Amino acid sequence: MNKMNNLESETKKHVIDLLGKGMRLDGRKPLEYRKPLKVSYGVSVNAEGSARVQIGETVVFAGVKLAIEQPYPDTPDEGLLMVGAELLPLANPKFEMGPPSIEAIELARVVDRGIRESGFIDMKKLCIEPGEKAWSVMIDICPINDAGNLFDASALAAFAALKNAVFPAVVDGKIDYGTKTNKKLPLTDANPVSVTVFKIGDYFIVDPTTEEEELYDARLTVASMGDGRLCALQKGGDVALSADEISRMVNIGIQYGKELRKLVVK
Amino acid sequence: MGKILVKDKSIVVPGEVVAEGRDFIVGPGVRREGNQIVASRIGLIHFEGRLVRLIALSGRYIPRKDDVIIGKIKEILVSGWLVDTESAYPAMLNIRDAVSEYVAKGSDLAKYFDINDYVVCKIINVTPQMLVDVTTKGPGLKKLVGGRIIKVNPNKVPRVIGKKGSMLGMIKQATECNIIVGQNGVIWIKSSDPKMELIAVKAIKKVEEESHVPGLTEKIHTFLEKETNKKIKLQVG
Amino acid sequence: MVFKRPDGRAYDEIRPIKAEVGVVGRADGSAMFQIGKTVAYAAVYGPRSLYPKFLQNPKKGLLRCYYTMLPFSSKGERVKPGPSRRSAEIGLVTEKALTPAIDLTRYPNAVIDVFIELPQTDAGTRCAGITAAAMALADAGIVMYDLVSSVAVGYVNGNLIADLIYDEEAYPGEVADIPTAYMPRYDRFSLLQMDGRISSDQLKKALELAKKVCLKIYDVQKKALKRKYQKYKLMEHMEG
Repeated sequence: MNKMNNLESETKKHVIDLLGKGMRLDGRKPLEYRKPLKVSYGVSVNAEGSARVQIGETVVFAGVKLAIEQPYPDTPDEGLLMVGAELLPLANPKFEMGPPSIEAIELARVVDRGIRESGFIDMKKLCIEPGEKAWSVMIDICPINDAGNLFDASALAAFAALKNAVFPAVVDGKIDYGTKTNKKLPLTDANPVSVTVFKIGDYFIVDPTTEEEELYDARLTVASMGDGRLCALQKGGDVALSADEISRMVNIGIQYGKELRKLVVK
Repeated sequence: MGKILVKDKSIVVPGEVVAEGRDFIVGPGVRREGNQIVASRIGLIHFEGRLVRLIALSGRYIPRKDDVIIGKIKEILVSGWLVDTESAYPAMLNIRDAVSEYVAKGSDLAKYFDINDYVVCKIINVTPQMLVDVTTKGPGLKKLVGGRIIKVNPNKVPRVIGKKGSMLGMIKQATECNIIVGQNGVIWIKSSDPKMELIAVKAIKKVEEESHVPGLTEKIHTFLEKETNKKIKLQVG
Repeated sequence: MVFKRPDGRAYDEIRPIKAEVGVVGRADGSAMFQIGKTVAYAAVYGPRSLYPKFLQNPKKGLLRCYYTMLPFSSKGERVKPGPSRRSAEIGLVTEKALTPAIDLTRYPNAVIDVFIELPQTDAGTRCAGITAAAMALADAGIVMYDLVSSVAVGYVNGNLIADLIYDEEAYPGEVADIPTAYMPRYDRFSLLQMDGRISSDQLKKALELAKKVCLKIYDVQKKALKRKYQKYKLMEHMEG
């Protein structure tokens, strides 16, 4: 049961009141993304692939670096994938310098699952020598300005950076990072995108601002693929969800995922 | 005689020499070094007769005596409350500066002001170490209930208020909202109509963003008439 | 033996530079500075409250600087995120480079935090960071005596050059790398580091070149700051 918390702030009451009238603090509709909403590439010429995503005032960079490593013993014929997120105080003073906070860890792992579980990267094609050598794909997500909704911006930036990535030249078994080939990564058409649906009171919104992120009850990150199926889910927040609510949030996630996907895959 | 080295109302950066001569009087934002007057921060330089001063365009709020601000209760202490002033320097609100009735020792102060309550208060003292005292006793000073809070660049507050309160008065008249503007850039808006509240927010944000535009009062007037579909008196300061 | 620079520049020529102020919306002040392929973002938060209390100084504010190279920024392998001795030292010399330019007595008991991040690097990173940070501090309305302009000079096989790129720092031969930071109004250096082997006379010449080149950077910093605030020139009277 959702009980009204006695300590519920005036702002939250106000936000819920506005949502009841179909409005948000900045005048947007509940299921509306901010503008500008854009993706650009080549944020770091030194990276094997990179992208910049802007949603409203939130700006996130993502970069892909490749290396040749020994495959994991339980998957000797597959490449490796790692996703990291650096939430640094430059983007939001509430982040601290130091080891990754739990927010950074959750963000990285949720983006990772969206990509990994969708089978977007053909891991077998990353194998060079079974059991000995395989390509390792390392994605790093770095917000530059956090004005809310890092989850969606980060997942989109990682997706775009992978699409942008090319293999570096390999000379005598060693990588020559200074020379890029024009061979793209072995990607399938899974094209995973993430939409995080937030529940405030009895209402659902997408693309929260920082203010809205501070007073939500529950959130569900919905990663979906080009064919409309789900590939990852993550629930956050302190309040529990009914099956019906989950179903509605998932549908919103898949529907808006289609719009975000168009920014990368025309 | 002195020599002015930059155009009046031009943008200067810290370290820039704006004038030379012993005759000039140094105002805020500039300093004298020998024969030279130098800008101490980024801003608009202004020469008024012999006075040289800088109009600041950026920078966080620094508490000043007699400013009326909107603060947020951060902590409840034994003798009063700690108030977040939206600056580097929190303020102390003593019981005696907040409550007129007798308050017994150990009574629950939260019933007067609770954590996260917003209050309109006046700065009564700032020490050289930036210890700040505020009071909620006085005309217009009180706890705020309902409504919403927005924050603007404190350097734009004079523009939001306008000459003799003309800009703010026009926005209030058009939207019929209750609006209180703190010198620290924190603004409270309350209305029974959320659409009007949003128009007031947009108008204030517009003033903040376009504070440099000549004829801004007319622009805001046009904006308000269009958004509210009403005829509004254009206030001239 | 005359050294031909890998990118064909003259000895006193710096790479193309670009600056923009106000790039991080949330920050109190921010700037981006690019020199060749090195890109630095700086964001300033402050003056703000300083905790824990024992760090507070009632006579003046504290300046803290943090330097981070993003994992995908460098020319070679991925840079493992997290603190390193190198980034801690660069944070320190950055703070020392900026401190003389700021009037910290205006901010007793408070802190000004400067965060520098580089998404793309090709040598000269600490200098690019300092240059961006100086603009960001000014953008934040911090009371400053002067701006700070920073660039590295050095020697390759006895040849004096300005603004070394990675291929020059790593050149097989005698290399001296001399990062500097300069306050143009006061004609003072606030950063000086050197690794390599040079004579004191060579250092003198290097500092002269550093001054000359820093002034070019200063010019771009001023323009970038003024460009952001240019629109205020025609303003009506601001006071009520």
